[in-house]
Amino acid sequence: MTRLSAAFAKPHPALVCFVTAGDGDTAAILDALVSGGADVIELGMPFTDPMADGPAIQAANLRSLGRGITTADIFEYAAGFRQRHPDVPLVLMGYANPMTIRGPEWFADQCAKAGVDGVICVDIPPEEDDALGPNLREHGIAPIRLATPTSDAARLPAILDGSAGFLYYVSVAGITGLQQAAQASIDEAVTRIKAATDLPVAVGFGVRTPEQAAAIARVADGVVVGSAIVELVAEHGGEAPEMVREYVATLAEAVHSAR
Amino acid sequence: MTSTPNSYRTGPDERGHFGQFGGRYVAETLMPLVLDLDRHYRAAKADPAFQAEFDDLLEHYVGRPSPLYFAPRLTEELGGAQIWFKRDELNHTGAHKINNCVGQILLAMRMGKTRIIAETGAGQHGVATATVCARFGLPCVIFMGATDVARQQPNVFRMKLLGAEVVPVTAGAATLKDAMNEALRDWVANVHDTFYIIGTVAGPHPYPELVRDFQSVIGREAREQMLSRTGRLPDLLVAAIGGGSNAIGLFHPFLDDADVKMLGVEAAGHGLDKLHAASLAGGRPGILHGNKTYLLQDDDGQILEGHSISAGLDYPGIGPEHSWLKEIGRVDYTSVTDVEALAAFQLLCRTEGIIPALEPAHAIAAVQKVAPTMDKDTIVLANLCGRGDKDIFSVAEHLGVKL
Repeated sequence: MTRLSAAFAKPHPALVCFVTAGDGDTAAILDALVSGGADVIELGMPFTDPMADGPAIQAANLRSLGRGITTADIFEYAAGFRQRHPDVPLVLMGYANPMTIRGPEWFADQCAKAGVDGVICVDIPPEEDDALGPNLREHGIAPIRLATPTSDAARLPAILDGSAGFLYYVSVAGITGLQQAAQASIDEAVTRIKAATDLPVAVGFGVRTPEQAAAIARVADGVVVGSAIVELVAEHGGEAPEMVREYVATLAEAVHSAR
Repeated sequence: MTSTPNSYRTGPDERGHFGQFGGRYVAETLMPLVLDLDRHYRAAKADPAFQAEFDDLLEHYVGRPSPLYFAPRLTEELGGAQIWFKRDELNHTGAHKINNCVGQILLAMRMGKTRIIAETGAGQHGVATATVCARFGLPCVIFMGATDVARQQPNVFRMKLLGAEVVPVTAGAATLKDAMNEALRDWVANVHDTFYIIGTVAGPHPYPELVRDFQSVIGREAREQMLSRTGRLPDLLVAAIGGGSNAIGLFHPFLDDADVKMLGVEAAGHGLDKLHAASLAGGRPGILHGNKTYLLQDDDGQILEGHSISAGLDYPGIGPEHSWLKEIGRVDYTSVTDVEALAAFQLLCRTEGIIPALEPAHAIAAVQKVAPTMDKDTIVLANLCGRGDKDIFSVAEHLGVKL
């Protein structure tokens, strides 16, 4: 059993938490996510041109890059996390260019060495899987794909084919952190996707409150929260890890007791 | 599409790849739309009524065919090859950009889309998009970097006169690539009713192909005009390159004419060892804005800001077909600096009574270097892809003249 499948095999839905690498004290914030109760960690790789992200994560990317954070630093955060938390799954999330610029083989190898469990690449759709997917699979790293409200029944099999770890359902047609989807549309989509796959389905985009998270956790295998955490990091500087831990604890309580 | 052996004109493949370049690197939300666009474009391309409407608008609204002009005094001044210009600066709205916008808005309406968005750098593509939106009565939102909004006020006012909403983008460095990011963000959130008119031969497949096809009217006309005027083909084609739409428009119909050489001219800005916008000369392959192509970037794949005196060339990428044409060696690429472009701008004003845009001034600067080395019976054809009205303020500033 992989770390990811173990996280989704727990007796309760999983809380998946995102933070941008290099924005604030990353090691301390990652530890706060775990101690707050996150089951899966998504570590965002900053990019100069994050075209799928809303204002909060855009700003976090620029703050991180502005401090001179490099890809090497990100793998150091990941390796450090793996040493401190041997059992908590860690997923890298980001854009194709920083992931492929030294070649997909290099990236997959670095992920394996750092103890990364999965990779979400926003702008590599199934049609361009060759750009990274085969190398990830070869190294036992899960390529985690996204499904969206525009992924219809005809398209879903292509998305699921070659996906691993979990399926990330993006609940709104839009960018991160802004609107939230109507719960009814989430219920419908998750039911439809789960009928097509055995992979766990985690739902994200626009999730902020414990109530929302609990409502999603009643139907989905996991709930992803990102922008709300990134905003806490932006607001609270040195106090951010403690604020993040407290916030994540309220989410974890809601998600873990949802059903 | 049939594949002819030894043809350079059959690309891209069905996945939108030109060799290793191109493709469809977009977020999942956009994939169904991009595939839908591809299906509609195939159907439109095969539909004579679509082609007829496009041709009719180009003739009666844009003012095509644009003239092919022999430049006698510039030829004499440079003392080598005969220099000819394809006069796309005489088009309605003053540049080649309108050719593509006419094609794409017809496609948008064919797809039943009711809202148009576009990105713009210098404002030429924004003005052309706002123009066709006014012509067809569709609402239009133009994303423009806040830095560019400040330095291109006349074009901002033109777009507003034409009824467009201009959204200043403050993200990132607030220039063209950030405007494109923001347009993509808007598109993702409004896929149900919105068509994104991309201004150059970049973006996810099929954009590089369809923009090329719409712009190829330039090269098709030029080829016929040159044959009927001189009975022969030119020896060398020259065009400036930002994203590369005017260049591919001129080059593509000539790609299988083995004796016609081609030269694409990138913006070397302050110099290739300083700030510039020459993606082929100073970049390497990477993935941005939906396609794989040469990009200005650092070792970690973070995108660098371009710089050029010409806001229209100030983009850190280039169309994927150019990356492929460079790699297979069919087209040569060079670059000229801000200073050289500024000198060429003035040279054309004085010798031919034509004020070019700063974009084609780069092509003219390259002609200035290469024509004197060629025999007098050879022909150089350069694309005069835009007029310079929009640039007189920045040129005055660079020349130290107060208006």
